[in-house]
Amino acid sequence: MDKLFKFKIVTPQAVLLSDEVSRVQAPGVTGSFGVMAHHIPYLTALTLGSITVETGKKRKVFATSGGFAEVINGSMTILAESAEDASQIDIKRAEKARDRAIRRLRGNEPGTDIHRARAALVRALNRLEIAATGRVFSG
Amino acid sequence: MKSVLALHVKNLSKLLWYNVMATLREIKQRISSVRSTGQITRAMKMVAAAKLRKAQNRLIAARPYAHELNNVLGHVAATHGEKHPFFFERSGNRVCYVIVTSDRGLCGSFNANVLRRAKTEREQSSNGKNFLVTVGKKGYDQIKRQELPVLSHYIDVFDHLEFKNAQNIAATLIRGFLSKKFDKVQVIYQEFKSPVQQKIMVEQLLPIVPVLPETEYTFSDFVYDPKSKAILKRLAPMHLNFQMWRILLESSASEHGARMTAMETATDNAEEMIRTLVLYYNQARQAAITKELNEIVSGAEALRG
Repeated sequence: MDKLFKFKIVTPQAVLLSDEVSRVQAPGVTGSFGVMAHHIPYLTALTLGSITVETGKKRKVFATSGGFAEVINGSMTILAESAEDASQIDIKRAEKARDRAIRRLRGNEPGTDIHRARAALVRALNRLEIAATGRVFSG
Repeated sequence: MKSVLALHVKNLSKLLWYNVMATLREIKQRISSVRSTGQITRAMKMVAAAKLRKAQNRLIAARPYAHELNNVLGHVAATHGEKHPFFFERSGNRVCYVIVTSDRGLCGSFNANVLRRAKTEREQSSNGKNFLVTVGKKGYDQIKRQELPVLSHYIDVFDHLEFKNAQNIAATLIRGFLSKKFDKVQVIYQEFKSPVQQKIMVEQLLPIVPVLPETEYTFSDFVYDPKSKAILKRLAPMHLNFQMWRILLESSASEHGARMTAMETATDNAEEMIRTLVLYYNQARQAAITKELNEIVSGAEALRG
């Protein structure tokens, strides 16, 4: 089994995960990257995507909308603006958010914040995708 | 002659009787007013306890993120602080004090303590030109009464506390700092220790004082992706917004804690007062009965006499 290292996901609402893990895959702004034990000190910004956490054969997937990841002293911390466990994503809510964002973008009403609507759409799609794939893989 | 005296005694006793009755009625009124005050303070205590629980949960959820953000920022700033203006120390000593108080009163010495501390801080650094930013209605009212100029004030924020409130305050502070209106920003607020304990904090928000990390690595080993400057550009404002947010949550939880304690004391005091008044009431009633008996007896004696 791979060597374990300390790992945390912290969001403004809660400490989502704090555990010993063997491998983490996260969506950096310049591309997805993986971290294993004895990684060099590293700091990067994260973008929208999925965080995959492996402990031995167990695997957990999280959806995130971005944030920062830091590796220091052999332990890794992800500061996520938001993050959700794939198995706990509320699909109905995500679908509603997607539909609302699409309506807003199509509606073309004056005063619509296009950037916000687009960001909401991308976030909802990300959550739906991870909810679908994350469930298959994690296990 | 006898009848005149009897009439006189009768009137006198009537007069005295009215007096005693008046006292009894007064005491009774007093008791009922104290009792209703006690009911109000007890209800307020309950409300404060419920609000405290909510505020405390929010605060406890936000603390780890604020802490980690502070750590990460410290790590970058330890070597790359010169790359972002939020870290620049200036020689000037014009300070902007952010005074965080509550919107509502009846929370004991909560606001008075903050304002007193703000005053001593201001007096200690009176060599420069100072600015004041107030959060909360109570602080604003007080500062205005002292006719001190307020740079900007935020009132009615604590009832529906949102992250946006923190962002607005932080934006004002950043603007003033970057335009060189002032050289430092210090926040005076009550930190939440426990429901019955708050601690006054004076915290420097700008320029950011990085926490130096304890690590075996030298920071030239650190790999940044993207470059440290780009990371700081995103991280530094986020840090300020979130620290401000945490401070508002700390103050809000502290306020409800202080109110709960104050209202509990008030309720206890009301109960104590009611006990004393009931004692007085019974004494007065008994005195009245005794007096009346006396008068009847002496009246009868006089008639027989």
